[in-house]
Amino acid sequence: MSTEARPAPRAGTAGRFDLDRPWQIDDRVAVRPEPFGALLYHFGTRRLSFLKNATVLEVVRSLAEHPSARSACAAAGVGAAALPAYERALATLAESHMIAERAAP
Amino acid sequence: MTAALAPERPAPQAVPRLVEQFERGLAAPICLTWELTYACNLACVHCLSSSGRRDPRELSTAECKGVIDTLERMQVFYVNIGGGEPTVRPDFWELVDYATAHRVGVKFSTNGIRIDPAVARRLAASDYVDVQISLDGATAEVNDAVRGAGSFATAVRAMRNLSAAGLRGFKISVVITRHNVGQLDMFKQLADGFGAQLRLTRLRPSGRGADTWHELHPTAAQQRELYEWLAARGEQVLTGDSFFHLAPYGGPLPGLNLCGAGRVVCLIDPVGDVYACPFAIHEQFLAGNVRQPGGFQAVWRDSELFAELRSPQSGGACRSCGFFNSCRGGCMAAKFFTGLPLDGPDPECAAGHGAQALLAAHAAPRPAPDHSHRGGVRGQRGPVPVSIGPRPAAPPGRPCDENPLAGFAAAPAGAVASRSQ
Repeated sequence: MSTEARPAPRAGTAGRFDLDRPWQIDDRVAVRPEPFGALLYHFGTRRLSFLKNATVLEVVRSLAEHPSARSACAAAGVGAAALPAYERALATLAESHMIAERAAP
Repeated sequence: MTAALAPERPAPQAVPRLVEQFERGLAAPICLTWELTYACNLACVHCLSSSGRRDPRELSTAECKGVIDTLERMQVFYVNIGGGEPTVRPDFWELVDYATAHRVGVKFSTNGIRIDPAVARRLAASDYVDVQISLDGATAEVNDAVRGAGSFATAVRAMRNLSAAGLRGFKISVVITRHNVGQLDMFKQLADGFGAQLRLTRLRPSGRGADTWHELHPTAAQQRELYEWLAARGEQVLTGDSFFHLAPYGGPLPGLNLCGAGRVVCLIDPVGDVYACPFAIHEQFLAGNVRQPGGFQAVWRDSELFAELRSPQSGGACRSCGFFNSCRGGCMAAKFFTGLPLDGPDPECAAGHGAQALLAAHAAPRPAPDHSHRGGVRGQRGPVPVSIGPRPAAPPGRPCDENPLAGFAAAPAGAVASRSQ
């Protein structure tokens, strides 16, 4: 099981996740649905992440179709009470370069 | 491994812990080990796969590409390619290129024999290929006693080439033995000096290791030191999740900390046989063959053996131990090849139960198949200090070793794994 930490492929976004910006899955990341949610693997950093439910998988997969991460969450039915938790999850994904900010539409 | 990410959905249902989900198996392996050939220029005394001579039934180039197509469909993220020495296959680079072109990442293990400056430059240019140099001593003396004369020099030359080509973060992979466990700091310095990452794994009594494990495996005191050393370094040092049986010393080390056999990992051997894990090359852990109808995917999904490994396990004699939740009974293969019951303690049990159990162990089943060199090995001049080639006589105390099944009736078919949730 690889736990290798290589230098991050892209600098600049780590630690600064903005729910109101447009995001997408990094093009070097593979997403594999599993009964519990999904596995994400980044071919550049060789790191693995887990999505622990189907909702967060839906949010992550639909990021590229939405003008902002907030809009992707809303479309997946994430309510106001749950939003901070999803924001933290997405921030973790951004920090590990699983998702990347894309140019504004 | 980054930590689990998402919160639970607002829905109130309790979701089992991730590790429990993993114990039930995944739609496809996270990664798998694929040994491309039994051929090897070395004859390491602890070789997990008893490699040496090529098997005439090994998968052809076209068959290997078919396996890669399947892995791509299943979204297996990467394969750990080994052998034998995989780089001696004439189609090795063709297969690496084919895999990476199909988004199946490759990490391959090598003794370094083919890592010349040109190959090193090629490796440094690819994000999808990772290389792991095997080294079992931080000095030639300690390394070559296990891996054979000249093997230290070969590995160091390969590491120099990789480093000079600008490849950072390649792995130096060390199997921990009684003789190299005192060199941990030296290994770390060596890795740091080459810009490499150190990876330490457990010595298993598998393959030719069955004959040498009793002499080479770390003592209980050494295991404790190893644990402390690893715990102090966290994610700086990789372990392939191989020391989860030491968790009772003070909590889990980084990693999944579970036996992934048939659940999140497995092995494809050079002739296409699929085993539950790389340390369990024995018919009892044989799940099928990639040449069967349905190929690898059918084996992974439908094998009765894998279904059994993914079902809840009893925990057996370990169930009443206070440490069971942290070590989960240890390594299935280590128990099997030391003649211990699969639902009992690991032979290196941190609570000391393994040492007692070994005193009363049944004769261990013989690893099979065996592709060891029958005579001398290329490049070896004169005898090496340890036995290679034909298996040595059974050590005292294990008188039934001559017969592969002697004394093994004790393990019922239902005891393939001993882990519980």
